Amino acid sequence: MVEWLIKPGDYVHRGDVVAVVDTDKTVMDVETFEEGVVAELLVDVGTTVPIGTPLARITRTPDDGAGQAGGQPAVPPAKAGPEAAAAQVPPPVRHLAHQLGVDPSGIRGTGKHGAVTRADVERAAAARSDRPVPEAAPVPEAAPAPHGTRVRSSPRARRLADQLGVDIGTVPGTGPDGAVTEADIQRAVQGAGASAPAEAPAREKEPEEEPAAEETPSPDAQDRLSSLRRSIGSLMTRSKQTIPHYYVSTTLDLRAAIGWMQQVNEQRPVASRLVPSALLLKATAVAAREIPEVNGFFTDGVFRPSSTVHLGVAVALRHGGLVAPAIHDADTLAVDVLMQKLRDLVGRARAGRLQRAEMADPTITVTNLGDLGVEAVYGVIYPPQVAMVGLGKVVEQPWAQDGMLGVRPAVTATLSADHRVSDGLRGARFLARIDELLQKPEEL
Amino acid sequence: MNEQDARQAVHAAINQVAPDVDLDGLDEGSRLRQDLELDSLDFLRLVETIDEATGVDIPERDYASVATVRGLIDYVASRG
Repeated sequence: MVEWLIKPGDYVHRGDVVAVVDTDKTVMDVETFEEGVVAELLVDVGTTVPIGTPLARITRTPDDGAGQAGGQPAVPPAKAGPEAAAAQVPPPVRHLAHQLGVDPSGIRGTGKHGAVTRADVERAAAARSDRPVPEAAPVPEAAPAPHGTRVRSSPRARRLADQLGVDIGTVPGTGPDGAVTEADIQRAVQGAGASAPAEAPAREKEPEEEPAAEETPSPDAQDRLSSLRRSIGSLMTRSKQTIPHYYVSTTLDLRAAIGWMQQVNEQRPVASRLVPSALLLKATAVAAREIPEVNGFFTDGVFRPSSTVHLGVAVALRHGGLVAPAIHDADTLAVDVLMQKLRDLVGRARAGRLQRAEMADPTITVTNLGDLGVEAVYGVIYPPQVAMVGLGKVVEQPWAQDGMLGVRPAVTATLSADHRVSDGLRGARFLARIDELLQKPEEL
Repeated sequence: MNEQDARQAVHAAINQVAPDVDLDGLDEGSRLRQDLELDSLDFLRLVETIDEATGVDIPERDYASVATVRGLIDYVASRG
């Protein structure tokens, strides 16, 4: 548990991000599936708990109970017209605004339906950083609970700070979103004579330091990388030990798809251009819906096909390692929407800001290593999934058809699938279906 | 746009998309895809970032001529 974004008494809606947790793979936002008033936080910041541990107790209340949430005007569903929605401030964000001494009602929201986001609040706080932050005076005796000061930090950094007797609230963070890292603590200890630890934390500097945090891998990032490598290793070992993989491969004819894409891109500003991956992913998702044996989970000796297609996309991280978060309901999304989601997902995966649901529930995964040069990829299935699609590089190659030889863009698609669930015939049908779908890109 | 400004804009864009690339030691013959390991989404973001900063929109048909850092700088310098 890295950070709580709510406190007892807050009213939360289903889908609100309530906490930030640090897993072996990434730092993730955790959203709530319940609506109600937060009765109790069950896990302290800095502690590690097994997956599935309840983190907080949320009590359901009638709508009128929402008014108790810190005196803020809650938005009961009955009144939630477009205007009410435009002024929406989710409780965790309201909480942050309160912490930073910003009035959320004066902020123009950039989130969904004009909702005020954390970034909006942080911007508003940064914009008026010349004024003192009302609550940014965490005098040690006034702040008995370390997380009361809302300092972002990793659990390891907290433990180190405890061991070294450093007040983490006084250490300027250089990690993601200004989080305090182990290296920051070590620097703080080394420079303790020179710096004045009694001063208020340099909160107003956080937004400036955020971009810098990406530039060099900190020791924290190194830790994360070796931990990520270990978890990939153990997952893939489990896969190869328990899943009898079989492989089939075919060449997808991309002449129609690439031609259509180039025509579309010609008319578009760069921000809304497509890449071949978007078309390939869409075709894969639709084919997965049609061939259920490749889409679902194998657990407790039984295959359970999934009625939805949550398409996992393996994303290589620039400092090494990879994660495979999901694009939800990818088979139902228009190609443009899927493209935007892909860009968003890859961006967030690389910034280490994925949501728990995205990490947990892909029903089939695609790896697109071909983007970086190889012609074919033979993937290892992520258990408990039952199939992995590898896409190679888009290459121009000689193509014979009807006794004529031409040149076409093409890509090698490889399916790794679970022999307990399907066999080569169905796997081959799945790949053939992807190819068929790509011949009518305008219908994807 | 002169070459120096173009180089600056290209370096700034690369730094944004691939912050781990060492710009000081950057060989301008480096290929964006293979050597800097930009994938198609990174490349799209690079083109977008350069467009925002310099107003130079690189259409898809010209992607082949901006495959290296040098090619990208020359392209921006000649059109910016």
